[in-house]
Amino acid sequence: MLRYSLKRLLSLLISLAVASVVIFLVIEVAPGDPAAIMLGINAQPDTLASLRAELGLDVPKWERYLNWVGGMVQGDFGTSYTYRTPVADMIAARMQVSLPLALYALTLSTLIAFPAGIYAAARRGRGGDMAVMGATQLGVAVPNFWFAMMLVLLFAINLRWFGAGGFPGWDKGLWAGLHALTLPAIALALPQAAILARVMRSALIDILGEDFMRTARAKGLTRRQALWRHGVRNALIPVLTIIGLQFSFLLAGSIIIEQVFYLPGLGRLVFQAISARDLIVVESVVMLLVFAVITVNFLVDIAYALVDPRLRSRT
Amino acid sequence: MHHFTRLALASALAISAGTGAALAQGEITVAIQLEPPHLDPTSAAAGAIDSVVYANIFEGLTRFASDGSIIPGLAESWEISEDGTTYTFTLHDGVMFHDGTTMDAEDVKFSLDRARAEDSTNAQKALFAGIQSVDVVDPTTVKVTLGAPDGSFLFNMAWGDAVIVAPESIENIKSTPIGTGAFKFVNWTQGDSVVMEKNPDYWGTPAKLDKATIKFISDPTAAFAAVMAEDIDAFAGFPAPENLPQFEADPRFQVLNGSTEGETILAMNNKAAPFDNVKVREAVSHAIDRQAIIDGAMFGLGTPIGTHFAPHNPAYVDLTGMSNYDPEKAKALLAEAGLADGFETTLHLPPPSYARRGGEIIAAQLAAVGITAEIINVEWAQWLESVFRGKDFGLTIVSHTEPMDINIYARPDYYFQYDSKAFQDLMTKLNGTTDTEGRTAILQEAQEMIAGDYVNAYLFELAFTTVAKAGIQGLWVNAPTQATDLTGVSWAD
Repeated sequence: MLRYSLKRLLSLLISLAVASVVIFLVIEVAPGDPAAIMLGINAQPDTLASLRAELGLDVPKWERYLNWVGGMVQGDFGTSYTYRTPVADMIAARMQVSLPLALYALTLSTLIAFPAGIYAAARRGRGGDMAVMGATQLGVAVPNFWFAMMLVLLFAINLRWFGAGGFPGWDKGLWAGLHALTLPAIALALPQAAILARVMRSALIDILGEDFMRTARAKGLTRRQALWRHGVRNALIPVLTIIGLQFSFLLAGSIIIEQVFYLPGLGRLVFQAISARDLIVVESVVMLLVFAVITVNFLVDIAYALVDPRLRSRT
Repeated sequence: MHHFTRLALASALAISAGTGAALAQGEITVAIQLEPPHLDPTSAAAGAIDSVVYANIFEGLTRFASDGSIIPGLAESWEISEDGTTYTFTLHDGVMFHDGTTMDAEDVKFSLDRARAEDSTNAQKALFAGIQSVDVVDPTTVKVTLGAPDGSFLFNMAWGDAVIVAPESIENIKSTPIGTGAFKFVNWTQGDSVVMEKNPDYWGTPAKLDKATIKFISDPTAAFAAVMAEDIDAFAGFPAPENLPQFEADPRFQVLNGSTEGETILAMNNKAAPFDNVKVREAVSHAIDRQAIIDGAMFGLGTPIGTHFAPHNPAYVDLTGMSNYDPEKAKALLAEAGLADGFETTLHLPPPSYARRGGEIIAAQLAAVGITAEIINVEWAQWLESVFRGKDFGLTIVSHTEPMDINIYARPDYYFQYDSKAFQDLMTKLNGTTDTEGRTAILQEAQEMIAGDYVNAYLFELAFTTVAKAGIQGLWVNAPTQATDLTGVSWAD
């Protein structure tokens, strides 16, 4: 188990190092001078030069890379060019929206997908299965921002149960915050739930055909007992993989949903920073997301080992 | 299944409890599309900064009124010397900054000197270039000496980039703006909103509202939903023109149609072949059907223009007739220029919809007279780099939103590269003229000159649309500068 974990950890570190170089290169290569964007089309050359000096843009690129990585290792993400506040503070503020939103959506998606997938697998080929599969087909095909708009139309404009967007801040109370995140979380969760339900169903169907399931039935377990004790547990491996991927996706990929619901989350921060060429913010946030994705994958790898003892003994 | 639906309905109802509470009449939530990068109007070009702070939090010596005219701000009056080089401003007495410090002549000197300093990061440094010295006469009198007469000096001082700031609060101005305005800054939730409250010690007419929130909603669909759901009370610069008829028909809302200082032009690279030939530029101008662009790209909003000047300005001359839509004439002109078979060029389009949507229509109109324009979509950063600074383009569409900016045609190195001695002389003459009549005559001559030289194809003046709840009064209809002036806004009883 330890050796397995160490090996995973090493590959995590290598991935991070490679990612930092790629991110820096790609973002710095894109055209656009942050100072020019800020000062607009009437700026004079000397004004531009003093702003560039103020922002520290006048040093060579390799030096900026080393400063950036060196700072990050010590937890210092630098200072935003446009907002002039520490990037770490900005990320922390935006995380207060993005992280709960991702968790909320993931919870909803799991709560929908598990029963739906298990139900469909248990009733394979019958009406219930057809209905679930049809619904998930739709869920996978329809993009989440369309769901988002439909939800706004129904619940915000017609029924007025929810606001059309925005986030009041957690200082207004847990309830107000969750209330504001409900529609976005549902919009994010539906397509994910559809995917997850399909994975759950097919994993479970594979398992149900295994010899040990027949053995379980033969030793006297009911269908239901066999399904829960042996079936679902074994189907969890592929499902966990998908949940891990989905969490990363929900954290990094909610840019569009954050636009539709004008939420002050991480996605919106990146979007604004890209248009303003606030390079350091883009680099740091992307790096953080890479870190999150790699860490989640690492944790999923570890979780495999926990649910499946066979993996532990393998090197 | 039955149970499930009922349960979902019940929980949704439970969650909804607590919304829908009507806001107090002393409060307003106004949305704008873009969020400012920071809140210091004196060190960035972003119009969104002015959209939040101009007139609300910060004030200058003079200021823009909603019709674009210049009215006194912190300066109660001024005297101009005979030769037009000395301006002596008398400041209002007893003006205080929001942190309780007094605003006097020293602050004016500090602000102007800071803007024109060598290491200044003022985006409109040119506004202050003519200033030779700023002298404090006494606490309420300040004397500004110019190197040469400048007829637009009072106009320059009305810009958001020329507001008066204090040395005591300058350090944190980007996150905690301290000004003299009728509203005090309360807090800024980045990515969401800026909150301001009434300044009880305001020197002038106090604000009628107790609290104002400016929210940032960039997505047009979200903007529509937010207004419809009544999450916000008004949206200044509403970004989804296709939805306006719906608001116009709804008695809950009012729609204000105004104009801006945004001359939207099809700019041509005057130094690059074949646009260095005036006949080709004239041909392009005649190939364009402005109304089709306004209808097709702007949902009918926008006023056609024939020169680089705002139609709401008293000095405006309607010159659209000089470049009327006439494809046959355009073809004839191209033939005269030796390009009977047309030519190929590039059309660079920045992100705004006037450019992207308008560009498609213009490319089709140009194709009809034999000009093949290859559309290249660019982000603003690329546009600034390649078109504006690199001058590597044939055609581009952009809206020039700075007020009264016809003088950009006097800069031969400006991106469209119009180099006319006659025009440059005219602008020098304009700077030396301070009387309104004389200035109007010169401005009109200037408008005719650039229209006659077909420097660019002039399309339309960008419209400014505000959607608000029916009970709100006092919102700016036009946008003579980017501002969301809430000082005169109130709810009807």
